[in-house]
Amino acid sequence: MIWQTAVIERIEQTTPRVKSFFFRVALEHHDAGQHVDIRLTAQDGYQAQRSYSIASAPGAELLELVVEHLPEGEVSSFLHDVAVVGDEIEMRGPIGGHFVWRQSDEGPLLLIAGGSGIAPLMAMLRTRPATDTLLIYSTRTWEDVIFRDELLAMDARVRVIFLITRELPRRAEDFGTRIDRGVLGSVMKQWGCAPRHVYVCGATSFVEAAATALVDEGIPAAIIKAERYGGA
Amino acid sequence: MVTRGFVGRRPKADDARRLPPGQSLTTDFPVLSLGPTPAVRLERWKLAITHDRKVLASWSWEEFQALPHTPITADIHCVTKWSRFDTQWEGVTIDALLLAGGVTPPTQFVLAKCYDGYTTNIPLADQRGAQAMIATRYAGEPLAAEHGGPARLLVPHLYLWKSAKWIAEFRFVEWNAPGFWEERGYHIRGDPWQEQRYTNDP
Ligand SMILES: Cc1cc2nc3c(=O)[nH]c(=O)nc-3n(C[C@H](O)[C@H](O)[C@H](O)COP(=O)(O)OP(=O)(O)OC[C@H]3O[C@@H](n4cnc5c(N)ncnc54)[C@H](O)[C@@H]3O)c2cc1C
Repeated sequence: MIWQTAVIERIEQTTPRVKSFFFRVALEHHDAGQHVDIRLTAQDGYQAQRSYSIASAPGAELLELVVEHLPEGEVSSFLHDVAVVGDEIEMRGPIGGHFVWRQSDEGPLLLIAGGSGIAPLMAMLRTRPATDTLLIYSTRTWEDVIFRDELLAMDARVRVIFLITRELPRRAEDFGTRIDRGVLGSVMKQWGCAPRHVYVCGATSFVEAAATALVDEGIPAAIIKAERYGGA
Repeated sequence: MVTRGFVGRRPKADDARRLPPGQSLTTDFPVLSLGPTPAVRLERWKLAITHDRKVLASWSWEEFQALPHTPITADIHCVTKWSRFDTQWEGVTIDALLLAGGVTPPTQFVLAKCYDGYTTNIPLADQRGAQAMIATRYAGEPLAAEHGGPARLLVPHLYLWKSAKWIAEFRFVEWNAPGFWEERGYHIRGDPWQEQRYTNDP
């Protein structure tokens, strides 16, 4: 897979710690859920590579990546503190043939995200799934909810539940706790659908907790797909 | 192509020499798995060497413990870009396993099959006379479930997706048929020093 030049067309600060980067790049068609690799090169030839999920819908004019700023993070700090509109970044992709959802896969669809793990699930939601969809999205605070307005404006077939772990939830349907079997069970009961596909994405510890809760709730492991971003 | 304004956080020269291209050094132990972490109970654990639907050798957990175990120290490299140095494992090398089972390799290709349904292909040549093993201990402790416990394949000179977690079956096959990730865009061999990440990488 070859490296291509991607040009930053727009940068948006979406939460206090997250920016969206919109690239103009001629990658092949992607499926919702896939990621790209980016490669940065210093003057002396030193290089760093990282993976980022594609948040934009397949076919969108610009490719959107959602990058959380990790303190001391080599690549996320560069993107947040140094990169500006017009900069060229090397990119290759789309990559990954497991954590993907296409309209033809149908549903019902259960999506579970922690923090920046919303990115590939957003690409799925943006294809406007023609099936019942439940998104459970965990962040520390209301301010940390990426794509909040867009999520709140989703179609009626998409139910969105926020788990806000470090302050009181704002909406009656949301929860002020971390993901566990109890929360998952009650949210799924209210939803009333049996999922056909489940996608879980976020930091490794979040994915472990969510996937364990799913299995404990009796969801077959074979329908659960997980993308682990790393970190604690 | 030089990236405007990128300086980077360089590894020390000694570390840099041990890092394959595109990798960065971590001191954590990140996790890459395709779904939930399965709970494999020791009472029901079994490892089988098979070919053409026949079991050539198999071990219960107790029987496996009685095989000669070897400690190794190796650098490991995950395709998601992290590498970790000097990881310490203990297990039964593939050479020792074949010997203990009295198995003469019927073919030169192996598909590792796992308790979660995962598969990966590894030619036998990549597993013999090398550090490849069925590992059951990490850093002096029983291997944790999220890292593939009770037992995983370990082939440290290839990207870590080849080191199948929760291994159940070591199946000899007639050709180098792709496994799970190899069918989903990842390289058929996966040598980190040649940066063989994706299907069409050289
Ligand atoms: C398939 C895939 C898709 C990804 N998609 C995204 C995405 O859409 N958006 C995004 O922001 N990141 C994503 N990541 C994570 C991303 O690749 C980088 O790991 C992340 O940006 C940190 O890189 P860095 O160079 O800034 O930090 P580094 O300098 O590499 O690391 C700094 C420290 O932070 C820790 N760390 C690494 N990742 C995380 C994390 N997620 N949470 C907490 N601590 C962490 C490291 O272990 C290290 O100790 C994805 C990872 C994978 C494997």
